[in-house]
This record gives sequence, C-alpha cells and structure tokens, in this order.
Amino acid sequence: MSKAVSALDGVAFEGFAKVEETGLRGMITVRGDLASKEMAAAVKTATGAAVPALRKVTSGDKASVAWMSPDELLVVVDYDQAEATVSQMNEALKGSHALVANVSDARAVFRVSGDGSRDVLAKLAPVDFAQEAFGADDIRRSRIAQVPAAVWGNDDGSFEVICFRSVAQYVFDVLKVSVQSGGEVGFH
Amino acid sequence: MSTRLTTGGRLLNKAKQVTFSFNGKQFTGFEGDTLASALLANDQMMMGRSFKYHRPRGVVASGAEEPNALVNMGQGGKFEPNQRATTTELFDGLTCTSQNHWPSLEFDVGVVNNYVARALPAGFYYKTFMAPAAAWKHVFEPIVRHSAGLGKAPKDRDADRYEHFYAFFDVVVVGGGVAGLMAAKAAGQAGAKVLLMEQTAHWGGRAPVDGGKVDGVKVDDFIDATVAELEAMDNVTLRNRMMGAGVYDHGYILGYERLTDHAPLLDGPRHRLWRIRAKQIVTATGAIERPLSFAGNDIPGVMLASAMRDYIVNYGTSSGDRVVVVANNDDAYRTAFTLKIHGLEVPVILDARPNGGGALADAAREQGFRVENGKGIAKVKGGKRVTGVAICAQAGEGAVLEEIACDAVAMSGGWSPVVHLWSHCGGKLIWDEAQAHFRPDPDRAPTSHDGNAFVVTAGSASGPLKLGDVLVDGQKAGEVAAEAAGFAVTSAEAPKGEVHDEAPLVPCWMMPQGAGPKLRMKAWLDYQNDVKVSDVKLAAQEGYESVEHTKRYTTLGMATDQGKLSNINGLAVLSDALNQPIPATGTTTFRPPYTPISMGAIAGEARDEVFQPLRRTTIHDWHEANGAFFEPVGHWRRPYCFPRGRESHADAVKREINQTRESVGLLDASTLGKIIVKGPNAGKFLNMMYTNMMSTLKVGKCRYGLMCNENGFLMDDGVVARIDEDTFLCHTTTGGAERIHGWMEDWLQCEWWDWQVYTANVTEQYAQIAVVGPNARKVIEKLGGEMDVSKEGLAFMEWKDGKIGDFDARAYRISFSGELSYEIAVPASQGRAFWDALLEAGAEFNIMPYGTEALHVMRAEKGFIMIGDETDGTVIPQDLNMQWAISKKKEDFLGKRAQMRDHMASEDRWKLAGFETEDGSVIPDGAYIVDHGTNANGQRNTQGRVTSTYYSPTLDRGIAMGLIHGGMKRLGDVVEFNKVDGSTVKAKVVDPVFYDKDGEKQNV
Amino acid sequence: MLTLQCPYCGVWAEETELHAEGEAHLKRFGPDSDDADFESYLFMRENPKGVHLERWRHASGCGKFFHAARSTTTLEVFGTYSAQTLEPPQDIKDKISAKIPNWSWREFS
Repeated sequence: MSKAVSALDGVAFEGFAKVEETGLRGMITVRGDLASKEMAAAVKTATGAAVPALRKVTSGDKASVAWMSPDELLVVVDYDQAEATVSQMNEALKGSHALVANVSDARAVFRVSGDGSRDVLAKLAPVDFAQEAFGADDIRRSRIAQVPAAVWGNDDGSFEVICFRSVAQYVFDVLKVSVQSGGEVGFH
Repeated sequence: MSTRLTTGGRLLNKAKQVTFSFNGKQFTGFEGDTLASALLANDQMMMGRSFKYHRPRGVVASGAEEPNALVNMGQGGKFEPNQRATTTELFDGLTCTSQNHWPSLEFDVGVVNNYVARALPAGFYYKTFMAPAAAWKHVFEPIVRHSAGLGKAPKDRDADRYEHFYAFFDVVVVGGGVAGLMAAKAAGQAGAKVLLMEQTAHWGGRAPVDGGKVDGVKVDDFIDATVAELEAMDNVTLRNRMMGAGVYDHGYILGYERLTDHAPLLDGPRHRLWRIRAKQIVTATGAIERPLSFAGNDIPGVMLASAMRDYIVNYGTSSGDRVVVVANNDDAYRTAFTLKIHGLEVPVILDARPNGGGALADAAREQGFRVENGKGIAKVKGGKRVTGVAICAQAGEGAVLEEIACDAVAMSGGWSPVVHLWSHCGGKLIWDEAQAHFRPDPDRAPTSHDGNAFVVTAGSASGPLKLGDVLVDGQKAGEVAAEAAGFAVTSAEAPKGEVHDEAPLVPCWMMPQGAGPKLRMKAWLDYQNDVKVSDVKLAAQEGYESVEHTKRYTTLGMATDQGKLSNINGLAVLSDALNQPIPATGTTTFRPPYTPISMGAIAGEARDEVFQPLRRTTIHDWHEANGAFFEPVGHWRRPYCFPRGRESHADAVKREINQTRESVGLLDASTLGKIIVKGPNAGKFLNMMYTNMMSTLKVGKCRYGLMCNENGFLMDDGVVARIDEDTFLCHTTTGGAERIHGWMEDWLQCEWWDWQVYTANVTEQYAQIAVVGPNARKVIEKLGGEMDVSKEGLAFMEWKDGKIGDFDARAYRISFSGELSYEIAVPASQGRAFWDALLEAGAEFNIMPYGTEALHVMRAEKGFIMIGDETDGTVIPQDLNMQWAISKKKEDFLGKRAQMRDHMASEDRWKLAGFETEDGSVIPDGAYIVDHGTNANGQRNTQGRVTSTYYSPTLDRGIAMGLIHGGMKRLGDVVEFNKVDGSTVKAKVVDPVFYDKDGEKQNV
Repeated sequence: MLTLQCPYCGVWAEETELHAEGEAHLKRFGPDSDDADFESYLFMRENPKGVHLERWRHASGCGKFFHAARSTTTLEVFGTYSAQTLEPPQDIKDKISAKIPNWSWREFS
C-alpha cells in the first residue's frame, strides 16, 4: 500500500534530544475482560505476549501490547499486519464480549531519544518522569501540552509518544520547542 | 553622595567592568552588581517617581521587597516594565529607563499631583467620580487612562521563549539562606528527594552580610561547605535564580526560574516555570525589615538599614557619606558599624527606645558613636536627595530639638517574617508581641489532600532572627518535613551559631508618637502605592474598619508590593485609629505570586503556532494549497469555501453549489465523529441514547438519529449504520465526537454498567469524503474496483464495504444535500490519495470541492436541520416537527421523561417553519419575528426567530428556517423580521423544504 | 489545583488530567416517574460546605469515571472509589466519620 502515508511522513528534529515521527504503525484497540482466559489466549496467539499488568507494556514475537484501562489494551504491530491481527483476534475472541478495532490510521507516533529525553517530556506532561517512577515498559496516558497522548518507555532509554493523527503537527511542534538547544534542564 | 567604595563588594568581580545605560546615560558597573547597586555606585540615588504623586524616589531596599526602583527594561521585543533594579543582575549592554514621569525623571510635570496632594486623599477617585455622568466620558476617563498603570505596556511581540517543567519531590525548600540550607540538608540526609530553590544567584541569604560564626568558623565558609555537601547528594537538586512564586492546593508549588535575564545573549528560554508537586514544602523565606513612619521617609537617601549594609558588604557601594541611623531595635547598630568600618560617617544613632539598646549599643558608645535614646526623626529635609534630619523626642509631637546635616538615613523598624508562601494556601498567623510581627502559627498550617499539614517554616520565616536559632529551626524544619513525607529521621544536633544578646525591640508605628496631621501627611506607609499614615487614618475615620476594606480603599499593600514593606506598619496605624490591638485588626490576604512573574512564563510553550492545537484532516494540506478559506469548527479548521482568483466568498459558495447540484462536488467530511458501539446489548443501549428505535435497524442499513439529553433538549444528530448483529457505527457532528463518546461512556460506566456494550471512538481512523451530485455515481464507477454502487447495488440509506479503485472503502448512500450522494470512508493514511483519485476521475465532470458554507446552504434548501443552528440547547425534536424520529414504541430513552413535562408538551412552543421574504432578500442572522405590543421593558413583543438564513443560488432568493409560535399552522401568514437598522422585512411562512420536496434527486 | 488518585489506573492525577462531572449517586427517574421525583433528579443538587460526594472522569488518562469523597472547605480527599456502586464504601465513610463526626450527605452518613 504505497499510497498510505503517515501524518508527517517521518519528519525529524534534533536539538539537545531527538524527536522523530516513526512512520506508520499498526495499532489495534481491544476492549474486553482482561482477566479472562479467552483474552489471554487471544493476545498470546496474535502477539506472542502476555496481557500486560496495570500501566505496563508487554512484548511478544509478533507485537507489543499496552495496558490502556481496566478493560482496554492497545496492540502494536507492523502497519501491514494490522488487518490480519484484527481478524485473528476477532476469531480468537468469538463468543466473548469484546471489541477489536483497527486504529492504525487514527494515530501518530513520535520517538524521543537522547540525553535529556525525560526532561523534554517533563516540559509537556504533568507526569513524574524520574527514572524510579517511569522506566522501560511503563506506559502512561496523560496529555502533551493541550492534547491527550500516551507515552511509553523503550528498553534503549528512548520514549514513544502516541497522539491522535489530527494533532500530529501540534505534538511535533511542541516537542520541537522542548528539545531546542539551550533548553536543557539537566534535571532527570 | 552615593559612590563606589574601595572596600567591600564580596559579590563583585572587579576585574570585569560592564557598561549599561539608564535614561540614555551611559554608566559602568562590575560583574556581580545589581542594577540598583551599579546606579548607586554612579551616584544615581533617584531611580523613579512615585505612582500617584510623582514624588522623586530612590532605592529603599536591596531585594525583592523594593517598592520604588522599578524600571522599564530593554527595548522592542525585549521590553518589560516594572523590573526591580534591586533584583536585576547587571549585564553588559543593559538598557533601562525610569518610570512614572514626563518629560523626564529630573523634571516631571506630574509632580503637580504632589502639590495638590491634600486634594488627593484616600478614596479620591471614588469620591470624585460621584460627579455628573458626562464628566466621566470627557474629563475623568481620559485623565485616568493617561495616568493609570505602573510602567508602560510592551508594544512588540515578546522576542524570548519560555517553557514549563513538571517535577515531583518529597520536600521542596524555598529559600537558600542558612535556614534553607540546613532544612535541605536534614531532609536530604533522611533520604528524601529534595529541591532547594533560591531566588537570587547566591546561597546563604543575608548571613554573610550580618556576619557571625558557626561552630567556630566564619558563616561564609560554613555556607560554602554546606552547599558543597548538598551538591554531592544525589537526591538533592539545587537551583538558584528560582523563586517560589506560589503555594497552592495539594502540594502544588510554582518555581519561577530566570535563566537568561542576567545574560540575555545566552541561548535558551528566558524563564522556566516549574510546576512542582511536593509532599512537603519548607518555606525558608527569611524576613524583611520594616521602614519607620516619619515625615519625609520617602525622600531619596532614606533606606532600610539592612539594605544599606548589603550595598556596602555585597557590592562595595555607599548610599551616602554621612548617614543618620534611626531604629527601634539592636540590629540597625550593625549598619552603623559597617558604615564606620568602610570609612563613612555616622553623625548620630537615634534609638527610639526610651532605654536604648543592649550590648550592641554599648559597643557603639565604646567605639565613639553618638547614640541618642528615646529620640526620633521629626522630619527629613531635602527634595530629590536627603540633606539633613530634624531630631525630636519620640514621645513628643515633633518639636525639633536639633538639625543634623546628612545625605542618607538608615532606618529600621524591626523585622517581619516573609509569610507569603505560608499564607497562600491558608496557613494562619499569630501575633508575636515581643518581636511585634505576625509569624506563622505552626498549629494552623495549610493542609493537603490527606488532611495533614504540608508546609513548614524554617529560620527567620518562622520568627527567630538570631543566627543560632535560625540554624536550629532550619534543621528542625527539614527533619519535620522529611518525616511527614514518610522518611525515618535520626535527629542530629544542629551546628552552633553565634548568638549575641540583644535588647528587645520597642514597637514604633509612628515617629514621633504624637505626630500631628502635617507630619502624618508626609509619612509614607506604602511607597509603591503612595499611601500615607494620614490616608489610613482617614479611611478608619470614614468607617473602613475591616482591614480588607481599608486595603482596597487606600490601595495599601496592593499590586506588586503585596504588603512586603507596608503591611505591618499599615495594620498598626489602622489598629491605632480603631483603638484596638493589632491581632484584632488582622492582616490582609497574601496572594501569589510572591513577586510578579512574566506573562511568558505563565504561557510557557503555548504561543504562536502552538498557542492552541489545530486539528488537521489528512486532506488539509490540499485545502491549504488550493486557497481554502478556513473556518474553525472546534479545534478543526474546515474549508468554508474555495475561492478562485479574486472571486468573493459569496461567489465561490454559489459556484460550488451550482456545480454540485448540476454535476458533482466533493466534501471533506473526515471531521464527522465515528463511534463503534458493540456488544450483545448494543441495540438496547442505542435505543436509550437515540430518540429513534435503533435496535430494529437491519445489518447493511443506515438510519438518521437524534440524541437528547435528560432535559429533553437536542444535543446531537447523525447517521447510524448497523455493521453486524452486535456492532453499530454512530456518526456524530464534527464538534460532538469526543463529547458524545464521553456521554456514551458515562451512561455505560455509571448507570448501566451491567449491560454488555463497548464503545471505541474511531473518528480519526477514516478519511471520509462525500461525493455529491447527479454525476457522483459516474465518478465512482470510473475509479473502478469491485464495489457495485448502482441504484440497486447500493440503495439509498445503505452502506457497503469493498474496493473502490484499489482503495479499501466503506461507502454510505446518505445525503445531506438532497442530491445523489455517497459518503466514502477510507483509512486515513490513504485519504489524500483517495481525494486525488476522485479529483482526477471527476475532471471530465468539472468536479470541484465545496466547503462548509455550501454544505449549510444545500442542507437548508432541503430543510434539514443543523445542530447549533436550529438547536441552541433549549430546543426539543418536537419543536422541529421531528416526531417521525421519536419512537413511540420505546418505553424509555434519554430525554423522553423531560419531553412529557407541561412546558415541553405545550402548544405555545415556537416551532419550525420555512420563511420566504416578499422581496427575495435574505433575512439577517439572529432576527426575531416581531409581534403586536411591547413587553414590560418597552421592547416589541416577539413571536419567533430565524435559525438559518441564506441566499439560495438554486432558487436565486433568500430562504430561511426559523421557530415561530404556531409553527406550520401559520403556513401562508406574512410576518415581520426585525433588521439591525430598526426597520423590518416581511416574509411568508412556508414549508421549510425548498428544494426537491419529494426527495427524488437523492434516490436515483 | 487538586490531585485525585484514579481508582482504575492508580495514577495520582492533577486536575488538568481530570474532568469534573458533577454530583455522585444521582438516582435516575425515567418516564414512569412523577413530576416531583423527576424535578429532583434533574435539578436538585447538594451544595455542601464540607463533605461532598462527586463524580470525576480521568479524561486525559484511562478515560474512566470515578467517585470522590472530598471536603469542599479543606479540599481533603477522604477517598476515591468505583463508579459502579450505589453508595460510598464503608472504609471511606469511616474515614469521614473520624474527621467529621455526625456528617451526612443526602441519605448517607
């Protein structure tokens, strides 16, 4: 699907840390009983991962799974695998009360990396980004400046910010303001 | 004169000279100077004029409490008024001007206010403006407007950048003096995550100036060692040039960090506002010296005794050659000693206490100072500069005993703890008789979410003033805070500070005690707001007994001062006038910020392009590139129309409508809300949400639905499609997507939580494009793909998934224009490509996009309602003749009960009808239908109002919908709509469907 | 600016992440109700000086609605709890009673 383009087509900006749009990402909203056997099996089959605990992200061989709320997960896969994963999950959850929706095109994803990444995020979200409070495989839904967003920590110390596609430019712009050189906080 | 000394100046780097300008004059200073110290070093004692009387004013203080030395800093995009010279660090190239004068600081016309001061007493404005109303417009307002405001408002865009920063701590210590350092150390040692902030660039507060020893070493060295210890602790963050601006609910505290004010060439944000959550806050904010109220206490050269000491020790700057010291306490003697050590003359120390001072006074006498007990200043002589003082007995009425020539006066009326941050969030105060000040009452601290105290004071901010006591109190505060934040504390012994025996102060609220009206009129309480002893007395006399009323009547302690210098003296004078003790008068409310913070810091990153989020559809760039004129719809920007060349908006709308009705048009409808509702109870749930019966909708079909709130009023509408047995897709209005999703979740989470229904807001997953007009089908068919979009293949009010071209599409056969119409949703990532493909395929039909205005006109031509036009939060579906959309079979739906209420069922409600003007003109937006007679206010009675009114290109005349008493029963009546010019326009009541009444065009 | 702990995702959220949603524990009256009950359901609200039970939504967060028991005068939060309940949990009621003996709010005390 060469005609599918991400919101900002992979734009990047480097200040004292780096901000880049990661490009298209497959994302699936799954709502259901997270404690059920059926859900555990469906998630395992589709992603290879376990159902994540409160505000955690798990990873399997096919996809990652993020805890969004007590009855909602976000499955993150390659963009071209999204539809297939939706079908797989729907099949696996047949008979259970659940909702599986492809939301890949409704989102934009940014990676924030480099020294001071935590400071960049702390300029925009009312969240404690201290090492001991927020680490790899943690996810936090909050706001970035004036719009809702979710942030999770990667193993390599970088962070990913997910927001709605319509505000991708806004989120990129506020991240750009925050990484501008001279704005180092040297706190985290 | 004031000048640079060869001695002193511990904060200066004398190897580095810097140049700056004040009122266009070039001066030099040293790195490490403040603007105030550098001006003093250049004998520029007069730094401004007062706000109301334009009296010459010099610097009084050396820190944040400075009321007089406010300057306009910088130029152009760097201009900012009301900057304190005392807290402005000097840098090379600094430019500033003084305020409140015209044409110049030296010669000011406004000083005439001073000569008529007797005619400008407290409440002058309130009293004067009782005069005739006409005087307001032509006399008072121009004068007030000209003279109002402190400093000048900036005219240019702020050239700097600003940011916010969210941070979380166990303990935040405000104030980097010795108490703050001790508190931070104690809390840090207990393991707490600590932030210590200091508003100046230096640690240690005023201890290095006041001197003394800690555990046998000089206090300066003790400070350095403690700062080094703190810097070595991983769990402690030290930040200077950062002020605790305000303390708020639940441990919220604002730290105002000034990053480049002292070095504007540095790259980076100018200010950073730290939005901090702290489990515990320690306010180690010190104390502020009080002025004494004697006649002429505002003449340049009269300064706080401690400030004069600061200028010598910190900045090597004298404030005068011959200084009279006047005080009611021992501390001021330190200033006399400092002056002498640095070679300046002190002709006399006036100690207002009948029995004089203690050990320090004895030492002064031993050193040969002339010390006069029980004496005070009757009057300061001089205009733009002190030339001498007249001495009197403090106990008397001001009979002059002696005149002494001098060029400066150092005054001290005792010290008041800085209680601002303690008080911001409700901390209470108690009156300390011995020190004659209000201090925090530790038993009535501000409380947090858990009901426990979250602010503790340390050092002088708690009351104690002596070094030894301050160290002990600081350490204790740190321990208390750490423990309250959940850390185990092993109490250590505080370092021992030198403690001198000092004789108690004797309150001195007026000097001399029996000063008559003439002296009181020249004794200033609040320098910044020009409030004198006589003003407060007058307020009391006129019945302003509450301190809060007196504050507003006289302006005492208002604005940026927030009572830093004026508070206690003013309260004492008021109490005296009311003949009651000071605690009975109480204090005014201290409000944040402690000193003003920049508007830029408050805004943070939210300016220019990112002032507020803009939502863009995936086709937004195309719209922009093709000249769209946008209108805001929520945070979205939607094209209103697409003018070509020099075409007017009206002409563009007309062209877009004609093209769509005649051939084919395109609308970017991506912004419409789309919510998936799924589950075994989804049908039952939607039956509650909509007035219609949704559970009977067949899979593959669409139904238009109305949503009401529990008041029965219409709140949203849209087309619902049944995707499968368990799944519906609900369209909402553009502005309604988040609101309606939240509304659904509200009912599911809080009322019917046992129903098996899930929702998901998938609004942005799809780009949705309406292909509209007689040639719509041909365009889609031209794209190819497997989807059958023929009349039979996809009938009106049906939807279908499939390939259009090679796009994954879902097509809905729905129409909001009355034409043959398909709304086609594709994944948003393919939205722009699909738009381009439609434009290409439609080229032969002259396809063109249309905007929201064409959309509105076309729906009005069809008599379709629009949420927000026909509805305004007080309109029920029955008002819009939409009984057809209200199920009679359902026992319940949201709004049903409300619609049964008398007023809702009344025949008297205004109901929908169409209107056509007799002359074909367009009825003005918002017009009312006038009726016979007038109401109680003499206004014409009304019988209805217009809700949608447009020029219809299709009919080439004005059309309108509106609500009218009697509704469609009035068919054929001629009514009058009012116009802005007072006239009316006649219109006939008609059927609101103006175009294709039988709906043949959309169903082909 | 207050903070509330969302009982669903555990986050201590500041007010900018939350949305106030009015009074808690309203009992809905539908088409069968009489005028008095319906009026009370639509319009009658508590406005206490002291303990208040209210609804919040963790809007910029997990999206869940929840209840909070809070003092309108001191802003003390006695607890937050599930939206799927008809009354405040006993432990929160006990906590309020410990601070404010003889409190009452609508039918709860």
